[in-house]
Amino acid sequence: MRKIATVLLGAILAFSANPARAQVTLAISCGAVGVEFQICREGAEAWARETGNTVTLVSTPSGSTERLALYQQLLSARSADIDVLQIDVVWPGTLANHLLDLKERADTDGVFPALIANNTVEGRLVAVPWFTNAGVLYYRRDLLERHNRPVPESWADLAETAQLIMQAEREAGNTRMWGYVFQGRAYEGLTVNALEWVASHGGGSIVEADGQVSINNPEAAAALALAASWIGTISPPGVLNYAEEEARGAFQSGNAVYMRNWPYAWPLLNAEDSAVRGQVGVAVLPRGGAEGRPVATLGGEQLAVSRYSRHPEEAVALVRYLTSQAEQKRRAIAGGFNPTISALYQDAEVLAANPFFGDLYETFVNAVARPSGVTGGRYNQVSAEFWNAVHAVLSGQSEPAAALSRLDRNLRRIGRNGRW
Amino acid sequence: MVVPPERALVVSSPLARQKRRTAWLFLAPVLLTLAGIAGWPLARTIWFSLTDARLDALDSFDFVGLENYQFLLTDPDWWVAVRNTLVFAGISVTLETLLGIIIALVLNARMRGRGMLRAAMLIPWAIPTVVSAQMWGWMLHDQYGVINEILVWLGLIAEPVAWTAGHGTALAAVIAVDVWKTTPFLALLTLAALQLVPEELHEAAEIDGLGPVGRFFRITLPLIWPALMVAIIFRTLDALRVFDLMYVLTGNSRATASMSVYARQQLVDFQDVGYGSAAATGLFLVIALVTALFITFGRVRLGAEPGR
Amino acid sequence: MKRLAGRAAFFLLVLAIVAYTVFPFYWAVVSSLKGGSALFSVEAWPSAPEWSNYVAVFQEQPFGRNILNSVFVAGSVVALSLFLGVTAAFALGRVRFRGRATLLLVILGVSMFPQVAVLSGLFELIRALGLYNNLFGLTLSYLIFTLPFTVWVLTTYMRELPVELEEAAVMDGASPFVVLTRIFLPLMGPAVVTTGLLAFIAAWNEFLFALTFTLTDEMRTVPVAIALISGSSSFELPWGRIMAASVIVTVPLIALVLVFQRRIVSGLTAGAVKG
Repeated sequence: MRKIATVLLGAILAFSANPARAQVTLAISCGAVGVEFQICREGAEAWARETGNTVTLVSTPSGSTERLALYQQLLSARSADIDVLQIDVVWPGTLANHLLDLKERADTDGVFPALIANNTVEGRLVAVPWFTNAGVLYYRRDLLERHNRPVPESWADLAETAQLIMQAEREAGNTRMWGYVFQGRAYEGLTVNALEWVASHGGGSIVEADGQVSINNPEAAAALALAASWIGTISPPGVLNYAEEEARGAFQSGNAVYMRNWPYAWPLLNAEDSAVRGQVGVAVLPRGGAEGRPVATLGGEQLAVSRYSRHPEEAVALVRYLTSQAEQKRRAIAGGFNPTISALYQDAEVLAANPFFGDLYETFVNAVARPSGVTGGRYNQVSAEFWNAVHAVLSGQSEPAAALSRLDRNLRRIGRNGRW
Repeated sequence: MVVPPERALVVSSPLARQKRRTAWLFLAPVLLTLAGIAGWPLARTIWFSLTDARLDALDSFDFVGLENYQFLLTDPDWWVAVRNTLVFAGISVTLETLLGIIIALVLNARMRGRGMLRAAMLIPWAIPTVVSAQMWGWMLHDQYGVINEILVWLGLIAEPVAWTAGHGTALAAVIAVDVWKTTPFLALLTLAALQLVPEELHEAAEIDGLGPVGRFFRITLPLIWPALMVAIIFRTLDALRVFDLMYVLTGNSRATASMSVYARQQLVDFQDVGYGSAAATGLFLVIALVTALFITFGRVRLGAEPGR
Repeated sequence: MKRLAGRAAFFLLVLAIVAYTVFPFYWAVVSSLKGGSALFSVEAWPSAPEWSNYVAVFQEQPFGRNILNSVFVAGSVVALSLFLGVTAAFALGRVRFRGRATLLLVILGVSMFPQVAVLSGLFELIRALGLYNNLFGLTLSYLIFTLPFTVWVLTTYMRELPVELEEAAVMDGASPFVVLTRIFLPLMGPAVVTTGLLAFIAAWNEFLFALTFTLTDEMRTVPVAIALISGSSSFELPWGRIMAASVIVTVPLIALVLVFQRRIVSGLTAGAVKG
């Protein structure tokens, strides 16, 4: 309530404070076309109506690599063409130099602390969390029931049930059946998946908050060895080139028992033309070993203001409006975007639209961030080293221990021994 | 046919001098345009390759001399990329040339519906690479790709193959898609070259009793050779700079990364403008070397006489 | 009998070529007629074909405008490169002067840098010229890859034309410009049309420059517009619509080939060669 009041107050102030000043036109980039774009436009236009300003939407590619490249091109040329940017959870460190500090200007009450920490670079809050994301485990409820198996709690359980159900289903005639699909292609998604395996085994998060490289440890090696043992047994060899949509394809056409993916897959798996409609359950990802804990990697998008914006005041106001509790609630209901504000996970209307938000609240709030904050502008390099090392282990090109010690050496060199 | 004494005619007469002046006049627009649009970007890239500039702070950098190149030469990943690119370009350009010539010969034959056929042949080249690479990615998918479906149905393979994931098959898959995509380029240019072969030469050869194969190697090929070489050179330049095919089909995987993928990763993903520019310049040097080989051994006559 | 076998083999060859080139396009058409999950299923023809994807392509973005942009950019690129290319090729192919080989190599050298390496410099240049988010900026930047290609190909063809033709005209007092336009150009039909067509398609399909040098939807070209088609969330791939858009933009190119295909093969008639 307080938040809505602040926003309204802010809007009224903005409205009354500058009747003499010319109204400004802001450019915001969020999504391209389709539903994501549509929902963003509704929000931005509502703000424009309230404040009397104009907002134009710049469509950017949905592929995150292309979008980042475009942002870098524009920002390094000090272009004022985009005022408000939607940025990925791992970009704050990379783009920090080009973004305004929103620490004193944004309202961050009740926002997930992990996200605020992730978006704070050298004491500056460079972006405000807009919606969050975390990896979840999708399972075939019908198959688990048919074979009388519980939802797996550990990776070992998962491998065992996957093997069992896969074998039985293949004997029953579905020769294309596999146990587990995930994102194994050599790209950012593999970093996300592998971080979940490693962290859930207690193997740290590659580079720790103090800048020390932690990846070369026995737990991490065990986690990678376990994952490598899946390839060709419970996971198809092709998983080494799967991104999100390829994994969803295998699962949605009924050819996999388990899948690791983001929440976006939920409505699609239950769409009318889906082969697994109504037979899918969602759970937290398994934990690693006896002492492990379930870990989901943090995803999601933030809103940031360009330092080169000609209208920083209005741009900040737009960000405040779009990240407000009321707007996040609307987006959660209309588009299934996970809010970044804790209170919304108890909101009856939000839960009615997205039943699993409540059960997975712990997953979302405790999601583990990739080490993008501490490694700053070198995060992409760290991530590429990591996914390449993991890919080499999964494809049998190298042994976990050897790959990790080489990775450790490379990361120390890139990070100049922890100084980054 | 009268062969004129060229030196007398072309080199030193007032007419020839006037002709040379006109030639420079005709050349000026192209040279100015290229200097205008390519000069600055290329010079900038080469200059940055000698610095430690980074994308997030482009105004503050130090001159580091050849340090970037030193590192490039010792980076095993770069050499893997060089090998991948050369293997890719070598195999795909060879296949494309052979297929392109065959297709051009077919299209040059007199038959009904060849207009439609020519249009059909151009389709792969006409679909944006961004789209066709992704389309092939789905067609090659191990679980629900149509290629596996067809091959299993035909009994050529026992079970679906993960084409783009396997170590050996990934590069082969990329090559197959490239051959599909760019054969029309070579076929079309070869077809245009075939138009330069006067028909009476064929008629004469037929009377002399040469078979179709003999006619091709003795008459057609030598005549289309210069045009064919130019087509092959440009195709090779493109193949050596290949980026989106590998990027879309196999991501940044080191097993298939090309030199362009490597350079782009440094330049854009890692924001290392200095080192990335060095990689781009390294790529330029490799291409220049390959082109020099082509021009020398392909008998491309840069300063050849007209009409010989 | 032998003749019949030859014909059958020829027919099979044609069939194989057509299957190889057209099948993926056929697959694109099939996918464009399917709805959501069809992406993951294998069917030779959709059980319930629907046109919704085609409608959606035009509804969600100014796709008609994007096609016009592409036509304008590709058309102007072709016109400019052919004009500049033909004049340069005349100088390089028909006139002896020192430095000719070097010039050809320098022009070729422009095509030896990866696109991503010239991107930043071009971006600065285009902003400095005030051509950012402007179709002329695209036209200008596309010349960087179409010009070397057109100049080289046209030079090669220009060189192949018999010298006697030119001499006869020069004897009659024709200026170089007249020789070029009245005598050479008509003979170079196939080469000019072919390079023009290839340059058109290259410009039509270019993605990286178009994405970086334009900003608003009204200025986007077709490949960027297609790449911007997205689903309800950032990971979902709206395959049906992407395929529909690809089919739509391929059709004008096929029409273009059909219009020009007579010119692709004509060129030297028997009479023209004799001096």
